[in-house]
Amino acid sequence: MNFGDVLAQALPLTILFATPYLFAALGEVFVQRSGVLNLGVEGMMLMGAFTAIYAVSSKGMGADPVVGLLIAAGVGGLMGLAMAFVSVTLQAEQGISGIGFTLFGLGLSSLLFKLLAGGVITAQGFQPIHIPFLSDIPVIGKILFQQNILVYLAFALVPILMWVLNRTKWGLQIRAVGQNPAAADSMGVNVALVRYATVIFGGIMAGIAGASLSIAATPIFQENMTEGRGFIAVALVYFGGWSPFRVMLGALLFSIANNLQIWAQILNVEIAGSTIPPNLLIMVPYILTIAVLVFTRQRKQNEPAALTKPFQRGEN
Amino acid sequence: MKKVLLVVMLLALLSVGIVSAQDKPFKVAVVMPSSTTDLAWSQSIYDALVTIQTEMGGEEAMEIAYTENMFDVTAAAQALRDYAEEGYDLVIAHGTQYGTSLFELASDYPDTSFAWGTAEDTGEDEGLTNIFAYQADAEQGGYVNGVMAAMFSETGTIGIVGPVPAGDALLYINGFIQGVNATNPDADVLLAYTGGFGDTAAAAEVAQTQIAAGADVLTGSAQQVVGAIEAVKAVDGFWFGTQSDQSLNWSENVVASQVYDWVPTLEDMIANIQYGELGGTAYTLTLENGGLTFAYGEVEVPDEIKDAAQAAIDSIIAGDIVVRQSLVEEATPEATVAS
Repeated sequence: MNFGDVLAQALPLTILFATPYLFAALGEVFVQRSGVLNLGVEGMMLMGAFTAIYAVSSKGMGADPVVGLLIAAGVGGLMGLAMAFVSVTLQAEQGISGIGFTLFGLGLSSLLFKLLAGGVITAQGFQPIHIPFLSDIPVIGKILFQQNILVYLAFALVPILMWVLNRTKWGLQIRAVGQNPAAADSMGVNVALVRYATVIFGGIMAGIAGASLSIAATPIFQENMTEGRGFIAVALVYFGGWSPFRVMLGALLFSIANNLQIWAQILNVEIAGSTIPPNLLIMVPYILTIAVLVFTRQRKQNEPAALTKPFQRGEN
Repeated sequence: MKKVLLVVMLLALLSVGIVSAQDKPFKVAVVMPSSTTDLAWSQSIYDALVTIQTEMGGEEAMEIAYTENMFDVTAAAQALRDYAEEGYDLVIAHGTQYGTSLFELASDYPDTSFAWGTAEDTGEDEGLTNIFAYQADAEQGGYVNGVMAAMFSETGTIGIVGPVPAGDALLYINGFIQGVNATNPDADVLLAYTGGFGDTAAAAEVAQTQIAAGADVLTGSAQQVVGAIEAVKAVDGFWFGTQSDQSLNWSENVVASQVYDWVPTLEDMIANIQYGELGGTAYTLTLENGGLTFAYGEVEVPDEIKDAAQAAIDSIIAGDIVVRQSLVEEATPEATVAS
């Protein structure tokens, strides 16, 4: 197989497996632009992943995948509400409380999995939708237009969220609250309300991200199945300089690097006459992420000045 | 008067102690890296314990305690120590990674019996007499699965979803590749590792990539393979399993599974402990001693493939086929001496 053939096969999976990162990272962009760091994404994804598949699986409620998706979004939103209460109202240290929510989500999803499912749980999730005509285009059709509905939704959200963030009054309020909450407050913006809204939105997106794994990309649940994807999503927000578009590019880059390293393994790609150890190849996407993070430090102009700083009127 | 009362009370306590010692159930504790329902490594030992418990007469005869998902070795060491402290008769560390802490524990609790695997070191060199070791010659069943997979594949392309290149997963994979190559030297074997044991989505992505590259028959090891089997099911492909019977959930896709049967091993350990031997034996599951068995699903297997599998099993038991644990040709004894 030449590289073109490999790429044609790798890209559909790249886009499919970029989707969970994209949902979670898009939500986190809004959270961070309002000045809150949510490290609980991982736990919210796990809860979303479990509740979604439990709703859909015949072992559970046997509901339609759409119901599973809504439940995952609702559970994520509830966890977001709790995170907002802790970080905005109680003004707890955000990094630590976020990790707390991750551990909580890991523990609770494992417990519910044991109590309710008992063992490996599978489901008939969202199936690929072949978009008429477009899906028949050679190569491109398979890459872009034979995906499940959540993939289309995630990528459609990118321009919508860019518009909301940069062109609407809501977006302006979010950015103002993240840059200078005291100034926003004096202009009559309810800082706490804006932050509650973004953190809840981030939770909803993380819940959907979990569902996009468990009832779309791979319709199965195992304990701790997200395996750090929530933290990669948080890294992608920095990587993408808090811009939804560049976050999307980051998710795609990470995902394609990961898929190409699988190809390098199965094709026994050689460098200087010897095959590369698999352990080294598996690290490639992570090394790439760190490298890009280091080399894009100048993108910091979007970094919210009030990130991780709780707001108390009269003190900031 | 007070002294008499004290003596009577002590005697009473002692007699209660003796009576309960006779009725006391045999207590087994196991610390495992994943869950009792992982359809793989951890489930294989748990299922065996439950089988023995039923044979011995239920919970009154044998008590089973377990701690799951101990991927953190330090936490596992703590759990093992707690079980030893609580007076369990046999404490099992079900993972190679728990070895270091186990050796320390065994000298702290010389009256408790310990077991660990995948391992063959019973600590004899360090003067320990209360450790059993156990392992599976996974390459043997891997070879048999490889023979069947090579005959089952129509495209001649076979995928292997590995966790990390180590332990019994590596043995299985190496055996599998030898079986495929011996049966169809032209077959393409696509091997990729995920880098973890529990990442079902990564396993699914690897499997989907191998399927995109033309694989129609896949295999793999570790608890994450359920994600890969689900990917195989989506394209009506075939899967060969290992460690536990994986056909239960996917009977139409899982052709055969090599099953680790720890029952004879554990029974022997328990008998030894009751006899007063707390360790010192290393056990190995092989096709010959019945520790490795095969379970089939509902996939129709042509007779010639079944015959080939049986022939491979017979040849391995007879010693006509020697399945190497490594893919690298082993150095001859002379060469080893020379180096």
